[in-house]
Amino acid sequence: MTQRTCLVVDDSLVVRKAARRIIEGFGFAVREAKDGQEALDACRAQLPDGVLLDWNMPVMDGITFLRAARAEFGPDHPRIVLCTTEAEIARIIEALSAGAQEYVMKPFDADIIRDKFTQVGLLEEVA
Amino acid sequence: MTPDSFNFLAGLVKVRSGIVLTADKGYMLETRLGTMLRREGIAGLDALALRLRAPRSEALAAEMVEALTTNESSFFRDGKPFEHLKKLLPKLAAARPPGQAIRIWSAACSSGQEAYSIAITAVGLGAALAGRRVEIVGTDLSQEMLQRAREGVYTQFEVQRGLPVQMLVKHFRQEGTRWQVAPELRAMVCWQAFNLLDDPRGLGRFDVVFCRNVLIYFDAPTKSRVLAALASLVAADGVVYLGGAETVLGLTDRLVPTPGERGVYEAARPAARTG
Ligand SMILES: C[S@@+](CC[C@H](N)C(=O)[O-])C[C@H]1O[C@@H](n2cnc3c(N)ncnc32)[C@H](O)[C@@H]1O
Repeated sequence: MTQRTCLVVDDSLVVRKAARRIIEGFGFAVREAKDGQEALDACRAQLPDGVLLDWNMPVMDGITFLRAARAEFGPDHPRIVLCTTEAEIARIIEALSAGAQEYVMKPFDADIIRDKFTQVGLLEEVA
Repeated sequence: MTPDSFNFLAGLVKVRSGIVLTADKGYMLETRLGTMLRREGIAGLDALALRLRAPRSEALAAEMVEALTTNESSFFRDGKPFEHLKKLLPKLAAARPPGQAIRIWSAACSSGQEAYSIAITAVGLGAALAGRRVEIVGTDLSQEMLQRAREGVYTQFEVQRGLPVQMLVKHFRQEGTRWQVAPELRAMVCWQAFNLLDDPRGLGRFDVVFCRNVLIYFDAPTKSRVLAALASLVAADGVVYLGGAETVLGLTDRLVPTPGERGVYEAARPAARTG
């Protein structure tokens, strides 16, 4: 089996490092981007299996990246999981209708990321 | 705490709830009973044991037992049972006479996630249940947990464990950083105090029983008794779901594993029973 890949998109270095540690712990090869534009470039260079995506970032925000990625790469790949302090139900619905598969409200921990990655099919259910 | 006090307290917990506290659980009494001791103005565990030996200590004993329960739960815990339920419910709906509700019991329901996961599963089946009413009964020993379950209010952390975000958006109302289960779902569940050591026949018969992650706290004779009681009130074509670390093996022959499934048990046919 080839190693799964994940792109972590967040303007905070601390959050990227924390997310990287968790996701590498699940066996993924992880790349990082600090805004939507970098993320788009990274996807064009090589499409990851999953994207963990912050909402509020400079240059290009998460929702703009999400719409661009869906237009360019289609509805199913990569799996995109929002990961943001935006916790209003209206925001969640907005992200889902823009094509996000899952949504994490910060703060997060390894259990939440594992659950969400499992729900979107990036991880197998533990028997 | 003297060994005598420990034995007395542990004995009381066992008689009242079935929960076994082994001698290495002294620390657990210390940590979990601290709040209660302060509230009641009781100096320590030896003093508590003294108070509980005296007459009219019923309420205090109940409070102690509640404080010693482990209430961890999550939505769609372990996943598989709910996938199984999703396939089972339409069959049960087709097999029941018209007008008869499907009854599901979440025994040891804790803060309610299990019962609400059942409700979400049933609602999600929609037309596949052909309008069949589903009635869910959630019971627990802990009044505090029942109160939480009844309110159906969960933290942001709790709603992110096991619950797909689509279901969160569909079945919950947001109140600040908390999320409350929608009224339609809450109306499907009735909550009731029930001790698994008591005779459950008053609860009626059930098509499906969830009894998960509670037998682990009991000794073998207690497990056997509870399992036999569950077997006696589950429908012949229904099932009992147990937790991942629980089994009927060596405990009862009145329930048998459903072939090819994990954690799913059905009532043994009388002929297949050996003893
Ligand atoms: C770990 S929770 C399990 C919750 C849920 N069934 C699940 O699997 O997520 C165990 C629950 O069993 C309850 N409990 C313990 N002893 C009990 C008894 N004798 N009768 C009824 N409930 C009991 C506790 O109060 C606690 O809420």
